[in-house]
Amino acid sequence: MASVALRSVSKSFGHVPVINDVNLEIADGELVVFVGPSGCGKSTLLRLIAGLVPVGAGDVVIDGEVVTDIPASKRGIAFVFQSYALYPHMTIARNIGFALETLGLSRQEIDAKVAEVAVTLKIDHLLARRPRELSGGQRQRVAIGRALVRQPEVFLFDEPLSNLDSDLRMEMRMEIAKLHANLAATMIYVTHDQVEAMTLADRIVVLNKGCIEQIGTPQQLYHAPQNRFVAGFIGSPRMNFTAVSANVSGASCHLMGPGNLSLDVAITGPGVPAEIGVRPEALSIAAARQGKLTGTLERLEDLGHEHLAYVRIAPETAWSVRLPNSLARTALGTSIGLDWRFEDLFLFDKDGHRLDHSLSHERSAAANGALA
Amino acid sequence: MKTRLERREHRSGLLFVAPLIAVLILVAGWPLARTLYFSLTDAYLDDSANHVLVGFSNFVEVAGDPVWWRAVRNTLIFTTISVAIETVLGLAIALLVHQAIPGRGLVRAAILVPWAMPVVVSTKIWEWMLNDQFGVVNRAIVGLGFADHGVAWTANGSLLLGVVIFIDVWMTTPFMVLLILAGLQILPEEIFEAAEVDGIPWWKRLWSITLPLLAPTIGVAVLFRVLDALRMFDLAYVLAGANVNAMTMSIYARDRLINNQELGVGSAASTMVFLLIAFVAIFIVGALRLDRSGATER
Amino acid sequence: MSTRIKRRSGAYYRAMRRVRQIALGCVTALLLFYVLFPYYWAIVSSTKQGAQLYESVLLPALDFRHYKELFRDANFATSIFNSLCVAISTTALSLGLGTLAAYALGRLNFPERRSLLLTVLMISIFPQVVVLSGMFELIRWFGLYNRVWSLVFAYLIFTLPFTTWVLTSFIREFPRELEEAAIMDGCSHWRILTSILLPLMGPALVSTGLLAFILAWNEFLFALTFTLTEGSRTVPVAIGLLAGNSRYEYPFGPIMAASVTVTLPLIALVLFFQRKIVAGLTAGAVKG
Repeated sequence: MASVALRSVSKSFGHVPVINDVNLEIADGELVVFVGPSGCGKSTLLRLIAGLVPVGAGDVVIDGEVVTDIPASKRGIAFVFQSYALYPHMTIARNIGFALETLGLSRQEIDAKVAEVAVTLKIDHLLARRPRELSGGQRQRVAIGRALVRQPEVFLFDEPLSNLDSDLRMEMRMEIAKLHANLAATMIYVTHDQVEAMTLADRIVVLNKGCIEQIGTPQQLYHAPQNRFVAGFIGSPRMNFTAVSANVSGASCHLMGPGNLSLDVAITGPGVPAEIGVRPEALSIAAARQGKLTGTLERLEDLGHEHLAYVRIAPETAWSVRLPNSLARTALGTSIGLDWRFEDLFLFDKDGHRLDHSLSHERSAAANGALA
Repeated sequence: MKTRLERREHRSGLLFVAPLIAVLILVAGWPLARTLYFSLTDAYLDDSANHVLVGFSNFVEVAGDPVWWRAVRNTLIFTTISVAIETVLGLAIALLVHQAIPGRGLVRAAILVPWAMPVVVSTKIWEWMLNDQFGVVNRAIVGLGFADHGVAWTANGSLLLGVVIFIDVWMTTPFMVLLILAGLQILPEEIFEAAEVDGIPWWKRLWSITLPLLAPTIGVAVLFRVLDALRMFDLAYVLAGANVNAMTMSIYARDRLINNQELGVGSAASTMVFLLIAFVAIFIVGALRLDRSGATER
Repeated sequence: MSTRIKRRSGAYYRAMRRVRQIALGCVTALLLFYVLFPYYWAIVSSTKQGAQLYESVLLPALDFRHYKELFRDANFATSIFNSLCVAISTTALSLGLGTLAAYALGRLNFPERRSLLLTVLMISIFPQVVVLSGMFELIRWFGLYNRVWSLVFAYLIFTLPFTTWVLTSFIREFPRELEEAAIMDGCSHWRILTSILLPLMGPALVSTGLLAFILAWNEFLFALTFTLTEGSRTVPVAIGLLAGNSRYEYPFGPIMAASVTVTLPLIALVLFFQRKIVAGLTAGAVKG
C-alpha cells in the first residue's frame, strides 16, 4: 500500500488555470474525498495523480517516490470512471482480467483471480455477458472489479456513483466503504455529492476554483469550516447567510443587519465580521420579535420526516429552517422570529474567513480535540 | 387499419420523394434498362435504332476476349492492393493525427489537398513527377545514388499498374483517414484511459481495443473504397489511355462502346462490370452484417 | 503483496517522451511532405520555361508566361466557364431535390421509405459506365450531345443520391421536438420543412453542397464521353486532352499551370470549409 502526496501542483489548460499550487498529503490506507462545485478542478486533480493528465508544475509522489514523469500505466494505481469505461466488445470476465493478460500470468491464474473478485462483488453470474447487457449498478461493480483484480496500491474513483439512481447509490456507497475497510487500501474519491463525501471520507478536501479551501474530517468541515465557501458548501440545505454591519469596541462587537438583527458578540481574534451564518438545523422558530431575527413565513415544505420553512428576512434574502415538526398552524405570511444558540452562529469577515467568537471557539476546539 | 393521420403522412411522404424518384428513373433507371437491352442486340452507336436481338452472343464475345480478362485481372489487382495499402496507411495516419501532435490542425487541412484535387490533375502532376527523363522522382533517385539511371515508370508496361496503384493511394488515402478519424473520435476516450491506467501496453491497446471498436468504421470505409476502385476509369485512362497494362473494366467497356462504336458489345461489357460490382457489394455487406451480428451474439 | 510493476526512473520516461515527440514530429513532417509536395512541385514547374523545366531546381522560377498564355487561350476560359456552370447547376438541383426527399426519408413514416433509401444507396455505387450507353442514347435523343447541359443531366445520377443520403443523415440528427411543436400548431409538412428545418440546415447544406460541387467539378468519364469539341469541354477533360505534338514535346509547363489554376480555388474552398466538408463526408458514412 502507499501514501500519496501532491507538492505545489499546478495545471492549466491553455491559458486557463485549473489547479493552483495544491499541496496535499494522503496517508497510507486513508480514504480521502475531493468535493467541490463542478469546474473546481477535482476531477483534474484526480487525473493528475493518475498520470492521465501531465502536471504543469510541482510533483506527484506515490509511496515516497516522485512519479511526476512516470506514465499512468506504470504508477500502480487503479481508476474507476464515472462512465465505467468498460470495454464494450469484451465479456465481463475479460473486462476484469484484461489487465492481468500483460503480466505474464497463465490463463488459469487469471481465471481464478477474476472468479475470486467476481464473487466478492456478487457478479460471478454475469461473467459471460457483455457490458451492454448489464444494468448501471452491475456495470459499476464490474468497473470496481477491474480495479480490484490488479491489487493496486492506490484506488482512484471519479464520481463513480453519479450515474446511478439513489437506491443503488446508497448500496454501492456501502459496498465501497466495506471494500475500504477490508482492503485498507489508499483511496481517493471524487464526488460532488456531499452525502457521499461525509459518509465515506476519513478526510475531505474541499476544492474551489483550483485551490484547496479546507482539508479536514467531515466533522471539522461541518462544525469548524475555515471560510464562508466551506460553510456554504458542506451541509444540506446549505447554511443561511446575511450581511451585517459591525460596530467594534475592543473585544466586543455589536452586529446589525436585516430582520431587526441586533446582536453582541465577543471576537477572540483580529478581523471585523461582515456576514453571519446559521445552519438551517440550528434554527428554531420563536414568536415574532422574540428571536434574534424577524421575518415573514413564506413557504412550507413537508418532507415527511422533516419540515422546511422559508422565512424572508430581507427583500433579497430568505432563510431556510429545518424543523422536526410541522408548523401547520402558522399561516403563510405571518411574521415570525428565528432563534439559535450562540455556539451555532458563524461569523465571517469581508474576505470570507471565519472569525472565532468566544463561544464558537471553545466549541470548535472541543470538536478538534475529540477527533484528534 | 390505417388511421387517417398515417394515410396523410404516407401521402405527403410520397409527394416529397416524387421528384427524386422521377429524376432517378430518368437518369438511372431508364439508362440502365437501355444498357441491359442493348447488351442483347447487335446495335452500333452511329445508328442505334437499327438493330436486332442477338441473345447472349455479346456476352459470349466479351467472355472470349483475352483483353477483357486482362482488364478484369488489372481491376482486381488494383482494387485489392490499393485498398489494402490505403486502409493500413489511412489507419496509421488517422492514429497519428488523433494524437496531440504539433500542428495537428495544419496536418488535417493538408490531408484534404490530395483528396480535393481532380483526378485528372493529380494524375498529370504525378505523370510529370514520374517522367522517365526529367521527372523529379527519377532525379532524386539518381541524385541520391540509389540507381545509375532513372526508372521508366510510366513507359514500362510492367510498372504501369504499380504506378496507377501508387497514385491512387496518394489520392484516396485522405478519404480513408477522414472516415477512420471520425470513427476514432466517437469512441469514448475513457475506455483508452482505463486501459492506460491498467498498464496495458500501446500495441495491445491498439490490437485489442482500438481495432475491434473501429472495425465497423473500417468495414464501411473499405466497402466504399472497394466499390469505387472497381469502377475506376479516369486515373488509368489519363495515365495510359487504353494501354492493356493498366486497362480497367470501365476502360474496356467504354473503349468498345465509344471508340469501337459497338453499342451491343460495349453494353454487354458494362453489364458484366455491373454484375461483378453488385456481387462484390453483396459479399462485403454480408460479411459486415455477419461480423456485427456475431459480435452481439457472443 | 500487490503486483509490483517493473518501472524505470522518471528521467527515463522523460527521455522517452522526448524521443516520442521528436519521432512524431518527424513522421508528421514526412506526411506533410508526401501530401503537399506534388502540388508544390506543380506550382514550381508551372513557373519554369523550356530548359529550366528539365532542371530539378526546387524553387519556383517565378516566370508566369504559362499562366498568361493560359488565360489568353479562349478555350481554356470556356472550359472553366463550362465547369462552373455544370458544377453549380448540378449542385443546386441536387440540393433542392435532395432536401425535399431527405425530409421525407428522414422524418416521415411511410412504408416505401426503407426500400427507397436502399435504392438511393445502390444507385450511388453504380459504376458510371453501366449507364453510359443508355445515357448516350438519351442525351442524343434530347439533342444535348456535345452541350454542357448534357453533363448537368448526367451528373445527377451520382450527385442526387449522394446529397439525398447525406442530407437524410443530417436531418435525422435534428431534435424531433422542433417539429413536434409545429405539428401541434397544425403546420403542414411543407411549412415544417421550409420554415423550421431549412433555416437550421444551412451548415448541412453547405457541407453537402461543397461535396457535390467537388464531385461534379472533378468528373471525367461522362464529360469525356458526352462532349466532343473544345468549346464544350469541362476543365478535367481539357487538361486530360492537353497534349503536345509528340511524346517528347509533352507540354508539362502549360499542363502544370492549368492544373494549378483549376485546383487553387478548390483547395481554397476545402481549406476554408474544412470542418464542414469533413462533417458532410462522415455524416453519410459513419453514422449511416
